[in-house]
Amino acid sequence: MTALTHLTMAEALNGLAKKEFTAVELTEAHVRAVEAVRPFNIFITETPDAALSMAKASDERRAKGAAGPMDGLPIAVKDLFCTKGVSTTAGSHILDGFKPEYESTVTSQLWRDGAVMLGKVNLDEFAMGSATITAHQGETVSPWSPGAPGAWEKKIVAGGSSGGSAAVIAARAALGATGTDTGGSIRQPAGYTGTVGIKPTYGRCSRWGIVAYASSLDQAGPMTRTVEDAAIMLRSMCGFDPKDSTSVDMAVPDFRAALTGDIRGLRVGIPKEYRVEGLSPEIAALWDQGIAWLKEAGAEPVEVSLPHTKYALAAYYIIAPAEASSNLARYDGVRYGLRVEGGNLKEMYENTRGAGFGKEVQRRILIGTYVLSAGYYDAYYNKARQVRTRIKWDFDEAFKSCDVILTPTAPSTPFAIGEKMDDPVQMYLNDVFTVPINLAGLPAMSVPAGLGADGLPLGLQLIGRPFDEETLLRVGHVVEKAANFTALPPFVA
Amino acid sequence: MSLDKATVAKIAHLARIKVPDEELESLAGELSQILTFVEQLNEVDTKDVPPMTSVAAQKLRRRKDEVTDGGYAAQVLSNGPETAEGFYVVPKVVE
Repeated sequence: MTALTHLTMAEALNGLAKKEFTAVELTEAHVRAVEAVRPFNIFITETPDAALSMAKASDERRAKGAAGPMDGLPIAVKDLFCTKGVSTTAGSHILDGFKPEYESTVTSQLWRDGAVMLGKVNLDEFAMGSATITAHQGETVSPWSPGAPGAWEKKIVAGGSSGGSAAVIAARAALGATGTDTGGSIRQPAGYTGTVGIKPTYGRCSRWGIVAYASSLDQAGPMTRTVEDAAIMLRSMCGFDPKDSTSVDMAVPDFRAALTGDIRGLRVGIPKEYRVEGLSPEIAALWDQGIAWLKEAGAEPVEVSLPHTKYALAAYYIIAPAEASSNLARYDGVRYGLRVEGGNLKEMYENTRGAGFGKEVQRRILIGTYVLSAGYYDAYYNKARQVRTRIKWDFDEAFKSCDVILTPTAPSTPFAIGEKMDDPVQMYLNDVFTVPINLAGLPAMSVPAGLGADGLPLGLQLIGRPFDEETLLRVGHVVEKAANFTALPPFVA
Repeated sequence: MSLDKATVAKIAHLARIKVPDEELESLAGELSQILTFVEQLNEVDTKDVPPMTSVAAQKLRRRKDEVTDGGYAAQVLSNGPETAEGFYVVPKVVE
């Protein structure tokens, strides 16, 4: 039998149903794997006791014939989701000691459906980053890094901001993990680690109880090892929530039923503007390969144009910091987390925020404060919001002639920790293919498609119409089959 | 667009973030890089283009203006760095 930690969610559910193993056995195997991945600094908080008691309760439910759709599946939670009574840090010093009194809607739905929590995993501080290197709790190392754990030849990034979530799945220490995606934070780390990640349509998953970064862009989504598993997990995460004013009241389909393998006649848009300068030749080749796979399966590639793509990053780096500067105003040393005393209230605020926020978070708050300040609001913030409208119009137009869009996930294979760090703008360019999708609120996913010459994973991105995650999954499933990505990282638990 | 030290100090003050004087220079450089990068937006024709307020084509829901939650002050205060008598405690504001 395959090691319990190497099963997919679908296989694990099968094994549990057939009584080949119990949820407690499955969880124990994962708790040991969580210990084994410690050198990679993936977990901020491990919750083995909670995991085992949740697993025990799952076995009892199953024995009574009351098992939920994810019953007994051990998963990890990005440390951006509030979990009742369990430390929630957002990777920041400023949330030191914060233990929420409530549970985020998304995680409460996962526990409702029987999932088991292994712990809280690392991210970029407040989800601001593309490499999982800015957390107060340190950087996460990808299991794809060559060499023995702790004595790597080179430390490769897991991507970000959901890098802990991506690394834990790739290292076979969890069957799945929650992620959040504001500008690519699910899809880029999925691409960098050979895993699957979905950013659903804006409004599909409740944002309630998720530490906010940029509210008009943030969406939670599943990260897994297969498309089928993503479909299973997405179904549990989605759903209307009156506590989130932008949650959409819409039925949640059985996403797994969409995986028919039949994409005959489907029109796949290939945006010509995504052939950007600096796109690595091997990624261009993989993209062409992806087009060929879909054509072989009966789909019809069509060229589409997204002329404002090149402005997406610039618009994003105004809109996201503007919203962040407002959302992060709440961390002031009064209601939770760190407080650094000062001579008066104002000094206390300034000392707390100066000591509590890391450099990248401070940079973004300052940019946001500047673009929203008197005299600059129209020139920066309103201009960016107008460009955002044009980006959305581009997609509306493109989807008149296609049903789904295929692009690479990132312009290169993952880089090493220490590279691209001097210039913030260089780091931002990682997100060139993912950011436009958040600005337009569309669903998108990354599917592992191959390895680069450096032996590191490459992903392809699919973009769908609003609320058409089903087509996305159906096509993703076909890409997954054709790519037959079976490579394992140098380290697995 | 390039920011000087004084402007950065002013923004930092508005954002209530203490930035040591010796870091203002390098921060001004980094922020200017970002502002220069976003200047390309001026190339886009946005005449008569409405600024996006909501990406989903839906209106905000309304509900009756009534209390639906509450009554647990102790839980609300449980994470406060300093609390007393059902309140958060901060340094004295009024002389």
